[in-house]
Amino acid sequence: MVISTEGLSFNFSNQQVVKSLSLQVPEGSIYGFLGPNGAGKTTTIKLLLNLLKTDQGSIHIFDKELQSNRIDILSQIGSLIEQPAIYLHLSGKENLMNRALLLEVSEERVDDMLKLVHLSDAAHKKAGKYSLGMKQRLGIALALLSDPKLLILDEPTNGLDPNGIIEVRELLIRLVTQHKKTVFISSHLLAEVERMATHVGIIDRGELLFQGSIKDLEAISQPQISVELDNTVDAANFLKKHGFTVTEVSDTHLCIPFTSKTQMGEINTLLNKNGYMIYSIHKIHKDLEKLFLDITQKA
Amino acid sequence: MLLPLLLCSLLFVGFFNKSDHLANIPGMMAWLQFAGAILAVMGSLLLPMLIVFIGYSVHSIEHKADTWKSLFSLPIPKWSVYSAKYAYAFFLVFLCLALFVLFTLGFGNLLSILKPTLKFNEYHIEGLLSKIYLKLFLSSLGILSIQFLLSLLFRDFLKPMGIGFVLTIAGVILANVEWKYAYLFPYSHPMLTVRSIIQHSKMGNSGDGMPNIDIDLFTKDILVSLSVAVAVFVLGYFIVLKKSVK
Repeated sequence: MVISTEGLSFNFSNQQVVKSLSLQVPEGSIYGFLGPNGAGKTTTIKLLLNLLKTDQGSIHIFDKELQSNRIDILSQIGSLIEQPAIYLHLSGKENLMNRALLLEVSEERVDDMLKLVHLSDAAHKKAGKYSLGMKQRLGIALALLSDPKLLILDEPTNGLDPNGIIEVRELLIRLVTQHKKTVFISSHLLAEVERMATHVGIIDRGELLFQGSIKDLEAISQPQISVELDNTVDAANFLKKHGFTVTEVSDTHLCIPFTSKTQMGEINTLLNKNGYMIYSIHKIHKDLEKLFLDITQKA
Repeated sequence: MLLPLLLCSLLFVGFFNKSDHLANIPGMMAWLQFAGAILAVMGSLLLPMLIVFIGYSVHSIEHKADTWKSLFSLPIPKWSVYSAKYAYAFFLVFLCLALFVLFTLGFGNLLSILKPTLKFNEYHIEGLLSKIYLKLFLSSLGILSIQFLLSLLFRDFLKPMGIGFVLTIAGVILANVEWKYAYLFPYSHPMLTVRSIIQHSKMGNSGDGMPNIDIDLFTKDILVSLSVAVAVFVLGYFIVLKKSVK
């Protein structure tokens, strides 16, 4: 395990923000740390970086205790927390050079990083004049600068356009598959995490509700069939008579839990044959909110 | 760093215009008046406020860019970050005072070239002036440590500035009413230093009408200033160790 915490808790004054968290991040994984805003994601990350002092519980990174091996552990971690921390009065390259000086990294590495995040052209522009996406990319470059074994990224795709998001995603996948890194990435978007993560942890109000591989999550996050048609109430009753469970009925569409493609076709023909006109029928994934409800209700 | 240049040039202009009145003052007194004009303000307000600004500026860059979190998540001991910041603030104060010495001397000599009637060239104040400023520097270290810590703890400028300002005023008042424990209060130290110089120059007449100034570097207020500086510096480090980075 690259990261393993046990009973990790943290309080802000009298409010408990992180409740007895037990994270297990295996080596070579992309661990998606999911949760809505204010769930305690950033706090957890700050605990992992020893920026906040652990109240209770223990943190082991690379199988070493964090408090007593702080420098040793931090030297193998690259991190990006919330908005990237950059000096706005310096150019992108100066920001990287400044960090390179502290980490004793060569200038070549700085140029490589600029190329990697596509900032070579803007290297000498003041970081204050960068767009949000460029700042985010510079933040990722800063995190990667020391060639760390573990990358801890807090919502790294915030403020990036779709192209940027795809680039970051591909970069992270490349780092893990080709360079054997481990990535711990937090996000509030399930769809984003689903596309790249190998492992997922879901946190809400400081509590870890789910942890496991992406396959385990898919098992819980049951896909649904959404049918758009006119007379939804009648159609719902009709389907129920034929032994289908209908989970949701609205004015425009109804939802049935997805089991197989054949079942989807059956529903389609059944409704068509009985005079219901179907405008559209497709498979949808539950969004994070519903998934949360599901997981919390089960727990 | 423009501050010493600006003040000394103002003084230069003033002396240049009033040179007729000053022409018959002996060289040493001319120098003393010239340097003393800055020194008087220095002890009361200028130096403490300068330190408030310096203490603020070394931290504000991290507060503004929100880089504390990334600085402390680097594989660098917290001790290095903290002491490097302090060393830089220390250096800035030193540099600023050194510039004051340089500019005072420079403009004084320039005056004596432009207005030969002034007897600046009759006396060499370099050694004495450096000694005075060195003492001022030492006397200000207590304040530096306190302001350094305040600026580290508070994100905004108003809190360290406000606290520093109030304490400075209190310090000046305490020094001026000659409260007998004023030497224990760091913010009084620059004023005490300046007062001791002025008193020296008034009292010690060495027969020929020239004041006999002898600066005693390590008086008890300087020792208090130094020990406060060290104590607060160490205390600050432990606060940084314990402090959570938000």
